[in-house]
Amino acid sequence: MFARRSDLPLDKDALSRFLPWLIAFMVFLAVMAMAGVLVLNTVAARWDRGVSGTLTVQIIPAENAVDDDARLQTVLKILTETPEIERFETLGDDKLLALLEPWLGTSAGAKDLPLPRLVDVELKSGAKLDIDALSRRMEARVPGVSIDDHSIWLNRLVRLIRTVEGLASLVLVFIALSTIGTVVFTTRTGLALHRNAIEVLHFIGAQDSYVAAQFASRALTLGLKGGVIGLFLAVPSLLGIGVMAAKMESGLLPDITLGAVHWSALAGLPIIVALIAMLTARITVMKTLARML
Amino acid sequence: MTIDENEAIVKFENVGLRYGLGPEVLQDVTFSLAPGSFHFLVGPSGAGKSSLLKLIYLALKPSRGLISLFGRDIATTSRRDLPPIRRRVGVVFQEFRLLNHLSAFDNVALPLRIAGAKKSEIQKHVVELLSWVGLKDHLDARPPTLSGGQQQRVSIARAVIARPKILLADEPTGNVDDPMGMRLMHLFEELNKLGTTVIIATHNNMMVEKMGYPKMHLDEGWLEMVGDGSMSAPAPRQTDFEGLI
Ligand SMILES: Nc1ncnc2c1ncn2[C@@H]1O[C@H](COP(=O)(O)OP(=O)(O)O)[C@@H](O)[C@H]1O
Ligand SMILES: [Mg+2]
Repeated sequence: MFARRSDLPLDKDALSRFLPWLIAFMVFLAVMAMAGVLVLNTVAARWDRGVSGTLTVQIIPAENAVDDDARLQTVLKILTETPEIERFETLGDDKLLALLEPWLGTSAGAKDLPLPRLVDVELKSGAKLDIDALSRRMEARVPGVSIDDHSIWLNRLVRLIRTVEGLASLVLVFIALSTIGTVVFTTRTGLALHRNAIEVLHFIGAQDSYVAAQFASRALTLGLKGGVIGLFLAVPSLLGIGVMAAKMESGLLPDITLGAVHWSALAGLPIIVALIAMLTARITVMKTLARML
Repeated sequence: MTIDENEAIVKFENVGLRYGLGPEVLQDVTFSLAPGSFHFLVGPSGAGKSSLLKLIYLALKPSRGLISLFGRDIATTSRRDLPPIRRRVGVVFQEFRLLNHLSAFDNVALPLRIAGAKKSEIQKHVVELLSWVGLKDHLDARPPTLSGGQQQRVSIARAVIARPKILLADEPTGNVDDPMGMRLMHLFEELNKLGTTVIIATHNNMMVEKMGYPKMHLDEGWLEMVGDGSMSAPAPRQTDFEGLI
């Protein structure tokens, strides 16, 4: 297919048999790391979109519940008067208890706990609301009200995701470097192993590039072979993780399935790795031959 | 690169060669060969015959002195420009140096492939030449399955397939009996008649005396030209291998 007829018995040395498996492993890791990056990217973007443009107003419970109701009404009135707000919704006690259930359990006593009142607020899209001003206006009329625009939480989350993404990208770089290192090593060993035949080719008048082309096409073939194996190992793993994530149905995890663009980026990895292997082999041969002969 | 009829095809001036820090195995070697000449390179074992040939086929660099091939100073020729020069020099190595994983056909085809010849041409010429050296039935045989004499003929075929301007043969009759040795010598003579400059290293004195070509005599690294050292060439003829059969 790619390999032209080889003048060197490159496919007979043990290194040629071990290289595809090593590359398969590299590609497997690379696919996982890259899938991680792609998913995190999607997640970060969706969280960002989903959370920005919303506020939560929290009214800390006072001594008696009647007071609380009056304070809630004042807050709602202020919200109604704010033009940037699209819509708001008071979270009922039922919903609140459901949210707290993991921590409080379903015991009857929980109902008697003083619960804060929460109001979910959705801003008009594109509206620029001065949160601090709103917060001051509310505090002036209703003490004990706080507004959370999720920005701290979101910033931290996004920072966390970016860090993990950075690490995953670093993993990709390491994989590329290991691939290069492995190919340099196997190519050098191959050159030493076939030194006699290479010398003969050389005396007959072969350019270095003629010899290099044989190593390069071999590396490309082995790289593609390994890459495809690695990809085939990685795909079921990714699908498995996707299924597990889907089963969680958690509000915390947005839909993390990979799109067509993502899949084709992942499918491109074996090709990239094979090209890296080919180029590395070529450069190694050219450099080594210039020193060797 | 055109070859001037009168210009030396191989020229050595005060060439010395030492391996590592050892003694000089060639000392002040000076000679020039006219295109189309035929020489025997003689001398006792260890005299430096193989070393001298290695200098000509650019497997070694001299420790001192000047070597030029086809009028080009090798020392000042860049690495990139050496392969085209090497293609004009055919070598029959003392130890054959066939590629054992390739068939006889592919071994002989190698110089043509390296030179970028067309597939159909390679097929035609290689089969023709291997038939001519009596290996028509062994095209697909790997060298290890061939006898010493057969391997020798494959290596000779490989050396001449691309019609080199210079043919170097290092003890090419060392592995065969005298009748076969004479047949191979006649093959070299035929090539020489087609214009190839030939140097044959041998210590088979009987053959050397019988054929009567000029000698390059090496002893302990010193070279002496015996006979007409600049025998001039018959005009090179453009002939196909069929002409040789
Ligand atoms: N690679 C080498 N390293 C060191 N010494 C060598 C090497 N090749 C040949 N020699 C020495 O050079 C001398 C000439 O050897 P060689 O050219 O092979 O002679 P011949 O072909 O006439 O027998 C010998 O003394 C031999 O030992
Ligand atoms: Mg010798």
